Amino acid sequence: MAKARGFLEYKRQPVEYRPIENRVKDYKEIEIPLTPETITQQAARCADCGIPFCHGAGCPLGNLIPDFNELVYLGKWKEACDVLHSTNNLPEITGRICPAPCETACTLAVNDDPVLIRHIEFQIVERGFAEGWITPLTPDTKTGKTAAVIGSGPAGLAAAQQLARMGHSVTVFEKDDKPGGLLRYGIPDFKLEKWVIERRINQLESEGVKFHCSVNVGKDISANYLEKMFDSIVLTMGAGQPRDLPVEGRDLNGIHFAMEFLAQQNKMIAGETIPDTPINANGKHVIVIGGGDTGSDCVGTSRRQNAATVHQLEILSQPPETRPDDTPWPMWPRTMRTSSSHQEGCERMWNVMTKKFVGDNNVKEIMACKVEWTQQDGQWKMDEVPNSEFTLKADLVMLAMGFVHVEHGPLIKDIGIDLDDRGNVITDNWQTSNPKVFAAGDTVSGASLVVQAIDAGRKTADAVDQYLRCL
Amino acid sequence: MSLMPKDQGLYESRREHDACGIGAVVNISGKKDHSIIEYAKQVLLNLHHRGAASADNVTGDGAGILCQIPHDFFEAEAKKLKIRLPEPGHYSAGVVFGPKDKQLRKECDTLLEKAVAHYGMKVIGWRDVPVSADCLGEIALSAEPSVKQIFVDGGRLANEPLEQKLYLARKRAERLVSEKFGESADDFYITSLSCKTICYKGMFMAWQLFSYYPDLNDERFTSALAIVHQRYSTNTFPNWQLAQPFRCIAHNGEINTLSGNRNCMRMREKRMESPIFGDDLSDLLPVLTPGASDSANFDNMLELLHLSGRSMPHSLMMMIPEAFGAKYHISTDKRSFYEYHASIMEPWDGPAAMVFTDGRLLGGTLDRNGLRPSRYTITTDGVVIMASETGVVEFPPEKIRTKGRLQPGKMFLVDTEQGRIITDNEIKGKISRQKPYRRWLNENWIELKGLFDTPHLEHGDPETLAARMRMFGYTREELQVLLKPMAINGQEPVGSMGADNPLAVLSDRPRLLYDYFKQLFAQVTNPPIDPLREGLVMSLMSFTGKKLNILEETPEHCRQLKLPHPILTNEDMSRLRRINRDDYNVQTIYAVFDPDKDIPDAGLKQAIDRLVADAEAAIMNGNASLIIISDKTADANKAPIPALLAVSAVHHALIEKGLRGEAGLVLETGEAREVQHFCLLCGFGANGVNPYIVFEALHHLRKQEYLPQGMGSAQIASNYIAAVKKGILKTISKMGISTLRSYFNAQLFEAIGINKDVIDTYFTGTSSRIGGIGLKQIAKDILSRHKNAYGSRKIDSLELDFGGDYMYRLNGERHLWNPTTISKIQHAATYNDQNAYNEFAQAVNDQSKALCTLRGLFKFNDSEPVPLEDVEPASKIVKRFCTGAMSHGSISKEAHECMAVAMNRLGGMSNTGEGGEDPARYTLEPNGDSKNSAIKQVASGRFGVTIQYLSKGKEIQIKMAQGAKPGEGGQLPGKKVTQEIATLRYSTPGVTLISPPPHHDIYSIEDLAQLIYDLKCANPEGKVSVKLVSEVGVGTIAAGVSKGNADEVLISGYDGGTGASPQSSIKHAGCPWEVGLAETQQVLVMNKLRDRIRVQTDGQLRTGRDIVIAALLGAEQFGFGTGVLACMGCTLLRKCHEGACTYGIATQDPELRRRFAGKPEYIVNYMTFVAEEARQLMAQLGFRTFSEMIGRVDKLSMQEAVDHYKAKGLDYSMIFHQPQAKDHSELYNSKSQASPLKEHLDWKIIDNAKATFEDGKKSSLAMSIKNTDRTAGTILSNRLVKKFGPDGLADDTLEIEFTGSAGQSFGAFLTKGVTMKLIGDSNDYLGKGLSGGRIIVETPPGSPFLAHENIIVGNTLLYGATRGEVFINGMAGERFCVRNSGATAVVEGVGDHGCEYMTGGLIVVLGQTGCNFAAGMSGGIAYVLDEHQLFDTLCNLDMVDLESVWQDEDQKLLYGLIQKHEALTRSSRARRILDAWPDMVGRFVKVIPIDYRKALERMQAEEERGTDTTPATEEVFYG
Repeated sequence: MAKARGFLEYKRQPVEYRPIENRVKDYKEIEIPLTPETITQQAARCADCGIPFCHGAGCPLGNLIPDFNELVYLGKWKEACDVLHSTNNLPEITGRICPAPCETACTLAVNDDPVLIRHIEFQIVERGFAEGWITPLTPDTKTGKTAAVIGSGPAGLAAAQQLARMGHSVTVFEKDDKPGGLLRYGIPDFKLEKWVIERRINQLESEGVKFHCSVNVGKDISANYLEKMFDSIVLTMGAGQPRDLPVEGRDLNGIHFAMEFLAQQNKMIAGETIPDTPINANGKHVIVIGGGDTGSDCVGTSRRQNAATVHQLEILSQPPETRPDDTPWPMWPRTMRTSSSHQEGCERMWNVMTKKFVGDNNVKEIMACKVEWTQQDGQWKMDEVPNSEFTLKADLVMLAMGFVHVEHGPLIKDIGIDLDDRGNVITDNWQTSNPKVFAAGDTVSGASLVVQAIDAGRKTADAVDQYLRCL
Repeated sequence: MSLMPKDQGLYESRREHDACGIGAVVNISGKKDHSIIEYAKQVLLNLHHRGAASADNVTGDGAGILCQIPHDFFEAEAKKLKIRLPEPGHYSAGVVFGPKDKQLRKECDTLLEKAVAHYGMKVIGWRDVPVSADCLGEIALSAEPSVKQIFVDGGRLANEPLEQKLYLARKRAERLVSEKFGESADDFYITSLSCKTICYKGMFMAWQLFSYYPDLNDERFTSALAIVHQRYSTNTFPNWQLAQPFRCIAHNGEINTLSGNRNCMRMREKRMESPIFGDDLSDLLPVLTPGASDSANFDNMLELLHLSGRSMPHSLMMMIPEAFGAKYHISTDKRSFYEYHASIMEPWDGPAAMVFTDGRLLGGTLDRNGLRPSRYTITTDGVVIMASETGVVEFPPEKIRTKGRLQPGKMFLVDTEQGRIITDNEIKGKISRQKPYRRWLNENWIELKGLFDTPHLEHGDPETLAARMRMFGYTREELQVLLKPMAINGQEPVGSMGADNPLAVLSDRPRLLYDYFKQLFAQVTNPPIDPLREGLVMSLMSFTGKKLNILEETPEHCRQLKLPHPILTNEDMSRLRRINRDDYNVQTIYAVFDPDKDIPDAGLKQAIDRLVADAEAAIMNGNASLIIISDKTADANKAPIPALLAVSAVHHALIEKGLRGEAGLVLETGEAREVQHFCLLCGFGANGVNPYIVFEALHHLRKQEYLPQGMGSAQIASNYIAAVKKGILKTISKMGISTLRSYFNAQLFEAIGINKDVIDTYFTGTSSRIGGIGLKQIAKDILSRHKNAYGSRKIDSLELDFGGDYMYRLNGERHLWNPTTISKIQHAATYNDQNAYNEFAQAVNDQSKALCTLRGLFKFNDSEPVPLEDVEPASKIVKRFCTGAMSHGSISKEAHECMAVAMNRLGGMSNTGEGGEDPARYTLEPNGDSKNSAIKQVASGRFGVTIQYLSKGKEIQIKMAQGAKPGEGGQLPGKKVTQEIATLRYSTPGVTLISPPPHHDIYSIEDLAQLIYDLKCANPEGKVSVKLVSEVGVGTIAAGVSKGNADEVLISGYDGGTGASPQSSIKHAGCPWEVGLAETQQVLVMNKLRDRIRVQTDGQLRTGRDIVIAALLGAEQFGFGTGVLACMGCTLLRKCHEGACTYGIATQDPELRRRFAGKPEYIVNYMTFVAEEARQLMAQLGFRTFSEMIGRVDKLSMQEAVDHYKAKGLDYSMIFHQPQAKDHSELYNSKSQASPLKEHLDWKIIDNAKATFEDGKKSSLAMSIKNTDRTAGTILSNRLVKKFGPDGLADDTLEIEFTGSAGQSFGAFLTKGVTMKLIGDSNDYLGKGLSGGRIIVETPPGSPFLAHENIIVGNTLLYGATRGEVFINGMAGERFCVRNSGATAVVEGVGDHGCEYMTGGLIVVLGQTGCNFAAGMSGGIAYVLDEHQLFDTLCNLDMVDLESVWQDEDQKLLYGLIQKHEALTRSSRARRILDAWPDMVGRFVKVIPIDYRKALERMQAEEERGTDTTPATEEVFYG
């Protein structure tokens, strides 16, 4: 254990952000890393529990959290870095953007503030890169077996790295210009600058992973070809199909899926090609429909594009400030969360249902109403509140209502695998109905957390490895 | 006939124990007289309460007498039969038991006659011993043998030479009969066959002995000496042969080391030669009668040593050596004698009061710990009475010359030919100098230069270290949790919350073989030792090398290597290898095998066979004196044979071949690292162990800066070795064993999960009751570790796996308490959520994929179900639920009260734990809730155990052992003793509190019966329960407990929770409750003792299924610990021992306690869910009431089609064995124990002092008292405290004057307002738990001896006293004022271990003290008169300082107390001191504990500051 009564001695010190007036002027990361002394103290708060719920219930990866906390406390950063990488391929990503279910599951979260796990992770991995401890790990022998990984998001990267380290020859296919998937195109730079991804891709490449970008498998190369060329195929294309809002006026201009908007901004920063008339919030009244993290990213990006006003609408009711009884510890609590983007200025509205978009060519305003939620026989039921209609000015509308499933493109059709009712790929121990095809991440589970995707990628690699070794 | 049952189910007859009362009478002058027999009879009759009766309440466990042959009587009797007896000493009159069947009897007798004739003697006649069987109980009758007397003419032989031939003839006859008739002639037993002594015995209660054998009442039946014995056994199976005395001895106590002694004797037998016996020696083998009791084997051994030429005292000095460590000031010659004999033979260790005789000498001796009482009285006319108690024969005061006691390790001898008493010094001085032992030792023992020098860490080969560590199964966690703390603190690390991971045999991980063995420990029948406070009696020293013939003494016998302890460093190994001497040759053999074999277990087997052959060759061809078994050559190509398997295989094979004594075995292994490993290796035959990888691993840790800066290599290595040494001492002390020499080879382990093949081949004689793995699985695990070391490994994985054994980790070892079960149980309890409970129960109960417990493999048999509504309601079932014993102290006040309220709401029972209880809790809360815990625990520390506390319980629980640390004491560090805790425990804030490993008033089963009796007196309306921990043999102990009148026995699983316990104890001591409970049920039912006692079980019980299984195995009550804590918020941080519980449960920190969020209703919810689940199962099984279900093991079977590679070898048939019973009422607690209190003296007092008992007015009484009047004053204290409260009466309100010898526990728990004066003397435990009363003991006026040199009271006085006063006009025995926390006492001399563990109170000693005074004394003050200025050599200075008495306050206090003593007892000693006060005051020393002084100063400072509002202990947390 780090320190017997550390949690009594030190309070949780949340990570601070750059001042709002300053940070909204650029797209640089907004977190200000804590000083080494503070980090040591924060690590000292870990109680090294007999049952570390952070590790056993919170973190899908099972990160060895108490262990790296102690190592940080002891100043053994290199060992901490090894421990961290023994379960996580992309700690620099999760260290930045993970919602940290480990922290809500921390035993201190029961009646105190949890340990600052995510940021400790961030500090470990950043120190690891700065000190040059994170080097390519190449296996002594190659197996001679090949694997194709389709999609280079977190699941794909994790699977690819693990497979390469097991001695297999791995090729990653990416439909966009650069690898990274949602990490690169979905998450705004102010949360995750893209050099961070490059840095890790470099390691993968040095470990022998080949990246073929701008290749849309299924279109540019056929499923059939892929099956012939590779001993195994791992589908990690994410769950790209966004949920739509098919109401009156949906086809007006100025209504976009969130991902279009976010990707464009990221590409712009990276200097990649974007449409001639990009979506821009400058001076506009922006409505973000959907109260989740993607919505919040749209808020932060709109702010940076100098939107006139930003509203974020959520159909569900406002969650309580404290942990409600229906999600007791150590579950992920349904509580009110305010992101850095929210702090930057936006009006959040709950219990709002969008009824229609109004405008001529371009959207002008939206018409919405209030709803109320009641529970009947354990099922939640939604009713419109009579006469509660209202309108909001809207020049630009972002639909951030989540994703339904993997895109059902030609690859999915041609490679001959079964899907479930919800449109996700069915697997058994990560193997699809086509024995040499495996799938992981959002492709299987539907949209979820990055950390889930990494975990799935790792486990899939184990399954693929077993399969390849039996060939 | 003998009706001892065969081993069946979980019952093993070798686990039986017995204990008892002993006595001896001798006429110093040697004059033979019938009065000696009469005295012996009185002794026996007055010891009857130390024996026990069987289920029929009439059959005794055994009684007997051993005396000189009454020649005149036999001559006359023989004449009637026309037999002419030769002169005394020229013939033998023996007593022979035989089968009732006449023909068979005749044939046996013929064989005996033949054996006698074989040795040139002649049987001159037989006499049917007259017996009168009317007095016998049914059970005794059922086994009654025919009793005959044999007369053997010695011909030309007489005395010693005749005695030797008779011995040979007897052993030969025993063998011939057993060879010819086997079990059918079990009843054939030669009670005695000697030309000097004769023994009469049988299955009697004391009085029956003399009724059954009319011979004994004949006036002509004379003897100058007699030994008597009254037995208390743990069974009710009738067996006449187990009665004592044996041929030479009667024994009170228990030989803990018996299995080691037996194994060592087997080692020696092939090497034995005797000029006296010559070739006839083979008739004496086996020397130790197989299957006989410890005392019988002791007698066998003593007889051999004695009759082969050593004197009886010499032989006893070999077998029961006194402690001779550095702390003892003894003569060099005597020390040399003991060291020399240590190289020949290991001690027979354990509580032992022995009386012995060879017909001429009569003596007594006591074990080194003095754990049995032995008191003697010498009269003015030359009679000595020695017995377990004083007062067994009443003499007028003026007839008593001396009263004394046997001291630890000392001997007392009367030579009836010389007609004098020989003192310990004289006997031992003479024997120590009869041969030049000192010179022999100096000239012969082998010393190696540099051996055991300062140890160092080893660099080893850092490149391969990680791989080698993986090969031996090291984990990251072990380095951090075990090795690191050992290296830093020199102690084994402490953990908390019990063990919830699977038994090794159920684990998916490749576990080391050590994990399949569980340590045995002493409970009830023998006490554990305190290795810290009483460490001076312990030793790890041993000799290794060639063992020569035990029947001779030569200088070469000690030509051996002396090992001060068994842990060898890598350098020591090089030194050993460099020994180059003709007479001491060292050879190495290698324990490795080729891992690539197709059939790995065949490879392993071959390798073991080869290893054994190598060892044999090393001895036969290489003349090795020492063999090193090494696995250092293991690498990528060679896998190591598990060290334990290697050493045990070699050891047993060499024993078989008679070669084991030829060479020592030292292991060089990379595997050993934990305390458990070393203990197992020594227990199974290793003389020394070199854990070479540990020293490399520690070097690595140091290099990685895991160890504090500045710690040098030597310090780290020494600390590690010190930690292992302490751990070994602790482990052997748990068994009550003092020296490693007698632990060596003793195999004091039980295997859980190893199959019969492996056990019988390599671990012969070890209990293993549920089958398990074989060589195949062992090999598989080795290979899997080997592959992990040298095969494919992920390149990004850590060098070592985490482990997850101590702390939960996702990919580590499984735990039953895990994130899922904890969160589900909390959701269920907090929100009364049935679904969450169902998920919880499902996660625990369904172990089909992840086995954790033995019951995980149980299955319910199909039965005719009954409708759920017919099953008794949950509200009734929850009344059977209890919470575990957790003290207020180990947990917070809030948590403790929350549990009490919850259990009282349910009608179940909560338990105080060992920590007292705030009397404020006896008042109901405004809402009707009660915080009074129904169960009051009495543990070894006796904290807060007052008469009021005991009176307020529904049940009083005696904690003999605790699942997480059976056989160990505990310690509450001073910083956790807050004002609140100190008040409850009657101690001082900030002062460390120690619970001793043993109850100092329970060293034996009859002592437990005495404590049960005391507690029943303290609360006649309450029940008494005894808490035991599951281990092999627990059933027989439970039977003894049932016979001792307990109302309940609790069988705890090894896995139960704890606030703090050494890791090795949490994991490696004790067994799962499933096995212990089943054994208990089986043995109780077999003995017909089940129906009178309730059975409870606990240990990781969680669900209704657990409850139902426990009930089917025989439990009717159930204890819950961790589950209840989880309901109150516990998530198993496992930080209890650090007091850093963030939930405010296991902490006293006010800041953390504020966080406590538990509520009684959560517990109520959970318990109700459990009961409801149990109801559903009851309905499914067809039981309407809970009682119907108890003991119905026929409803259980084992899950078939288990495909777990290890678990599939398990076999539960022994657990499911159902013993025969008349009907179901014999399977559960269907009746009550008979009340033992009817005859109690107090009832008379209560009747005669109505003024006091009804109105609280003054009364005075006078009466006589006898040693059979036990626990005087306790029932009346209960009545008074119930009526008037603890402070309701003024001092001296009730005054009683007793005359005579008081029985044990005189004035126990005596309440304030009562004064008991005793003119005479008293037995052990006077003033136990004194609660405010006053006790005065006065030497009777007219006694001719000096009071202050006279033992007037027994051992263990004022144990756990909280307040009151005691004045003793004479000397006390051992452990005076042990764990006293508030009483004041004046005494005129004390034995060893005075003021041990004392935490408060004021003691004045006006005379001599024994050694180890003030050991573990953390509070209170003692003033000791130190006339010779040597007191500091007798005092244990670890925790105390000595000062002179110079302050006015001290002087006044002391003077006042002595003055009071003089006034109350008329002490002449006190008078003399007071008269010369200015001279005398300077000779007193003040003994004051260091912590205590600080605490007093702190409190005084607080008082002076006055206005300060912070209590004195606030700083306790932060200081």
